[in-house]
Parts: sequence; structure tokens; C-alpha cells
Amino acid sequence: MSGNLRLLADTLARAKQENRAALITYMTAGFPTVDDGIAATQAMLNSGADIVEIGLPHSDPVLDGPVIQTADEIALRGGVRIADVIRTVREAYQATGKPVLVMSYWNPIDRYGAERFGGELAKAGGAGCILPDLPVQESALWRETAARHSLATVFVAAPSTTDERLRELTAAGTGFVYASALMGVTGVRDAVSTAAGSLVRRIRAVTELPVCVGIGISDAAQAGRVARFADGVIVASALVKAVLDAPDAAAGTATVAELTTELSRATRRHAD
Amino acid sequence: MNSQFFFPALPGESPSEHGYFGAFGGTFIPEALVAAVDEVAVEYERAKADPAFAAEFEQLLAHYAGRPSALTEVPRFAGHAGGARVFLKREDLNHTGSHKINNVLGQALLTKRMGKPRVIAETGAGQHGVATATACALFGLECTIYMGETDIRRQAVNVARMEMLGATVIPVTSGSRTLKDAINETFRDWVANVETTHYIFGTVAGPHPFPAMIRDFQRVIGVEARRQIVERAGRLPDAAIACVGGGSNAIGLFHAFLPDTDVRLIGCEAAGHGVESGKHAATLTAGEPGILHGSRSYVLQDDEGQITEPWSISAGLDYPGVGPEHAFLHDTGRGEYRPVTDAAAMRAFRLLASTEGIIPAIESAHALAGAIDVGTELGPDGLIVVNLSGRGDKDMETAARYFEQDAEAARAGRVQK
Ligand SMILES: Cc1ncc(COP(=O)(O)O)c(C=O)c1O
Repeated sequence: MSGNLRLLADTLARAKQENRAALITYMTAGFPTVDDGIAATQAMLNSGADIVEIGLPHSDPVLDGPVIQTADEIALRGGVRIADVIRTVREAYQATGKPVLVMSYWNPIDRYGAERFGGELAKAGGAGCILPDLPVQESALWRETAARHSLATVFVAAPSTTDERLRELTAAGTGFVYASALMGVTGVRDAVSTAAGSLVRRIRAVTELPVCVGIGISDAAQAGRVARFADGVIVASALVKAVLDAPDAAAGTATVAELTTELSRATRRHAD
Repeated sequence: MNSQFFFPALPGESPSEHGYFGAFGGTFIPEALVAAVDEVAVEYERAKADPAFAAEFEQLLAHYAGRPSALTEVPRFAGHAGGARVFLKREDLNHTGSHKINNVLGQALLTKRMGKPRVIAETGAGQHGVATATACALFGLECTIYMGETDIRRQAVNVARMEMLGATVIPVTSGSRTLKDAINETFRDWVANVETTHYIFGTVAGPHPFPAMIRDFQRVIGVEARRQIVERAGRLPDAAIACVGGGSNAIGLFHAFLPDTDVRLIGCEAAGHGVESGKHAATLTAGEPGILHGSRSYVLQDDEGQITEPWSISAGLDYPGVGPEHAFLHDTGRGEYRPVTDAAAMRAFRLLASTEGIIPAIESAHALAGAIDVGTELGPDGLIVVNLSGRGDKDMETAARYFEQDAEAARAGRVQK
């Protein structure tokens, strides 16, 4: 293992040593502008996030609920380009030295060229990709590229994933496994689904990779509950919504920092 | 027993085990849907091997949908098409008014086999939505249809029909508020409700096995047409012509003719205001390979893989993708794909109505416009089968508005002169 795939693994291992779950937060690149997106991302990393995911905006985000759909739309209307996404990764990494992942639908990367994208991402200090509509059976080409550039390929596992497929995707994946807490698109939910716990158990039975849980985790209380059994807690829509609802970008960044601090406290496991 | 619909696969025309037609197809879907899509694939393979399934499907097609559909010769129309003989495959005469019912009945039977109580579907023109709502009423399934707001406006009659049939119609307000966005929203519903719900996809796109399965349910069109034209004209046609949105009526007509290499297979894509204008939906003419809605095919996109908004006067062709088997036929040259503008389609629309007493769907009018050109190229010895994929009742408002504006523009032009 080398490059920032190593950094990702070390970050997750350190959180484990410190008896806490890692906090992984998400922000859409270019939202509401490229510079504001960078500011919000740095604010998250400076307020307790261990790892960030940078969303590459897409015209057709089929796995996203209304919040991230809106953020993508605003970013695209603002003219965001893949170069801006790469710059967001670079500036987040350079300012903090923490692992930065890209979350993207497959078509933009396919069109840009997997090799070109992987090379630029690695050069910017990126740690890898989460590609939610590139299931393991379609991923061979990307995984070769990722391996060449020491980038992680994080696969999503869902409550509906069979044990046989869990074995397949954990064997192919690197970095960690993204366990989807529920069957559904991204979005803010009132309660964490009970499906998460049993999915994490099933994943642990087949792999040594860290298991991080996301989709629908919106506040500190939910994060705290998930932190008891997962290696990482992933929060996306709640943070994007904070920016969406803010009166201006500075206020958005401040709220994002506050929420991240709260979430980060919640991921420490207390002896209770 | 093998029903006529499930012909043994011929080399090169069925997808590979992983759903590829050459370089196109596959399953680019979220992990949460993999189990459901696999279940559809497994159940469909079982159903294909089950004579009872084939028999039940055939019974429904015959006694509910009204198959075989007629093959009508249209000599007065053909007078405007270079004098070639033109026959229309009358999918407009099917119950619910289009070819969409063929696929829907097959998938509704499959839904029953899988024991799922709820069905969801997208619709553009509303024909697939109406067919789905119809089958759900027939089989006692709960039905939710997603439809772009733009399409709800231009196909209002079909919204009323779906609601009368007991379906819930949910307006989609994202993106261009048309078919592409309705499909996105239906996928979002499916991810959340996959345990109880089958997604009756409406065209030969989407992840494997949908493109192959829906083709199989639609290939009855070409099987019948091939037999009928040989009976009536004594020979195979020079060309089989159909409009292409996602491509289900086209592949349905083409498939039985694939081995007949002398029969040209011609797909008419919606060119809207003209391909050069950028306001079009001519995916094979002007698109590039990419991934949309679960498979690799041609798509209309920018240089960074963002899907661009299509344009067509017809809601059913207003789609920036196309089925992967058409991408394959396009690249191998077996299929020919031509752009047809709104204006050409609307001229053909009025011409068929006034010369033959048949009001076509605006989608199908694109194929008729293609037939006028191909007939002119072939001349009086030519023989053409056109898929009249649907009837135009749903389009009367759009047509009235179009011809009114057209007349106004013409008047304005005359005054200026
Ligand atoms: C009458 C009719 N023809 C054609 C189409 C286009 O679909 P496809 O290309 O799948 O046949 C539609 C779709 O709504 C339709 O209603």
C-alpha cells in the first residue's frame, strides 16, 4: 500500500486506536461556488472531520435525494468543471494533510478518461473514489487505474447485498467498505435504520477492511449511535443542507463547522 | 414448447451473459438495486423456459391487447412517398393505443411471478404510463407513475386516463421535467422500495436484462409484420422503418428481420428544430458513447459527461439516451438511423390523417416522415413497412397548437412580402 491510499488506511486505524469512529463528511464541489465549496471542505477538516468526500456534480444524480440534487444543480449552473473538482481536492488536502475522496457517478469519469482522471486525482493528493453506480462487475478497468495510482476504490454495500456479493466486493475494494444504512437515496432522515447494524455484522464476517456507515445520518445523536458499531460515520446531506439553508456562504461555512464539531464529539465512544 | 416470441437466439443478436451487445449494455446501477435486477433476470430466464408463461402471455396479447395487429396498406399516403408501396403495422390499434402494452403485459406477468404487489413506471408521452396503469388494474397491482411536469402539460389526456385507471401520477420537477427526469425519479423510488416493488421499465434501455427482455416482449411486432407482408406483397420489404425514442417499438419491428440482410432497418430519431440547432433528441446521430440509466450506449452529453437536455415536439422521443442494442446495430451498420425534424414529422402527421383517415401519434409521425424520404429514394418499386407505434388522440392539443403557430408564421411571412 502506498500513496494516499496508505494515508486513508492509517487515518482509519488511528481513529480505532483512539476508541472512536472516524468522521467522514461530504460536500459537493463547486457549491455554491468553487471557492465556497473549498472553504466549507476545509472548515469540516479543521473542525474534526477525519476524511472528506468531494462530490463531483452530475446532471443525473439518480442515487441522491433533493438536497444533493439541488447542490449539484447549483454547482453545474455555476459552470463547475472537473478541473475545479480536482482543485477542491488539492486545496483540501494541502491545507490539512487529511484523506480526500471523490464521490462520482461513473459517466463523467468515463467520458473524461479513467486514466486521465485517476492520474490527476492522485497528483492532487486525492486518496480514492466512491463510485456509486459502478458495481463491482463493471469496475475492472477503473480498479486497474486506481491500483496504478495508489487510489482507494470504495464499494458501497447495501442491506440487500447477498453474502456472496459482499465477499466479491470486499475482495475487490480497498480503503474501507461503505455500508449503506438503508435502502434509499441520500437525504436527511429522522431515524437511523436498524438495517445498518446487521449489515455491518455481515460485512465484518467476510473482510478485515474498516466498515463505515452512511446514508441518512443527520445529527450528533444518530452519529453517536452508529459510532458504537461502525469504524466510520459518514454524513452528507445534513451538511449540504446547512449550506443550502444559510443566508450566505460565510454563514454556511460557519454552520458546517459547528455541525462537524458536534458530529465529531459524538463519534467518541463513551463507556456507557 | 417455445412460443413465437422466444425464438432461439441467433448469433450476435442476443446480449452476452453480462448484458452486452458488443460494447454496449451492462449494469451500471447502485448496489442497492443489484439484488432486484438480478431477481428480474433470473425470473425472466425461468419464465422464458416455462410454456405456461408463454401461453399466458400469448392469450393476453390475443384477447386483451387485440393481436395480431393489422397491416394496412396506405396507397394515398404512398403517393407522397415516391409511389413506393407502404404498409403500416398498426400498433395504434392495440388496446390502450400503442405498442407499449406488449411489454407491459409481459412484465406484469413477471411481477405476479415475483410476488410483488406494487409497480412503478416512468412515462413520457403517457402511453407507457397508461399501459402500465391498465395492466395494474387488470392484475390488481398498486401503481405509481412518474411523469415530467412538461409532459404532464403536453399529454394531459393520458394523465386523466392513468388516474381513471387507479394509478397515482407523480409530477417530476427536476432537470428538464421530461422523460429522462421521470426515469431518474422512478429509480429513486425503486431503490427505496425494491422489496415490494417491480419497476416496469418502458423501453429497451436500462440495465441488463431490461433491454433484452423488453425486446423479447416487443418482437411480436416484427414476427407478425414479416408474416403479413410476405402474405400480402409476396416478398420481404426493402425497408422496415420505426421511430426511436429509447427504441422499443423499433427493435420490436426490426428484430424478426435481423437475419434478412436485404431488409434495411431504419430508425428515425427526433431532430427537433434540427440537429445543428442543438435542440434535438437525435442520440445516435449526434451523441457519444456514455452511461445513462444503467447501461452504456450513445447519449447526448457535454465534453465532461453531463447529460444535455434534449428537445422534441414529441414527449415519447424527447430522451437523451437510446437502447444499447440500437447502439450496437448503429455501429455495425446493420441499422440506419436518421434525424427527422419536428416540422417534417408534423407534415407527415397531417398527411396521414388527411389521406388515409389515420391520426398517428407524433412519435410515429417521425417514422412516417422517414418513410416519405425512403419511399422517394426507392421509387415505385419500393416496398416499405412502417411501425405505426401509436395513435394520436393524446396529441390533439399539441398538434392544434403547432399548426396554429405554423399558420400564423406563414401569414406573417406573407404580409411581409
Ligand atoms: C406511440 C409511441 N411511439 C414511440 C414511443 C417511443 O418509445 P420507443 O422508442 O421505446 O418505442 C413512445 C413513447 O412514449 C410512444 O408513446
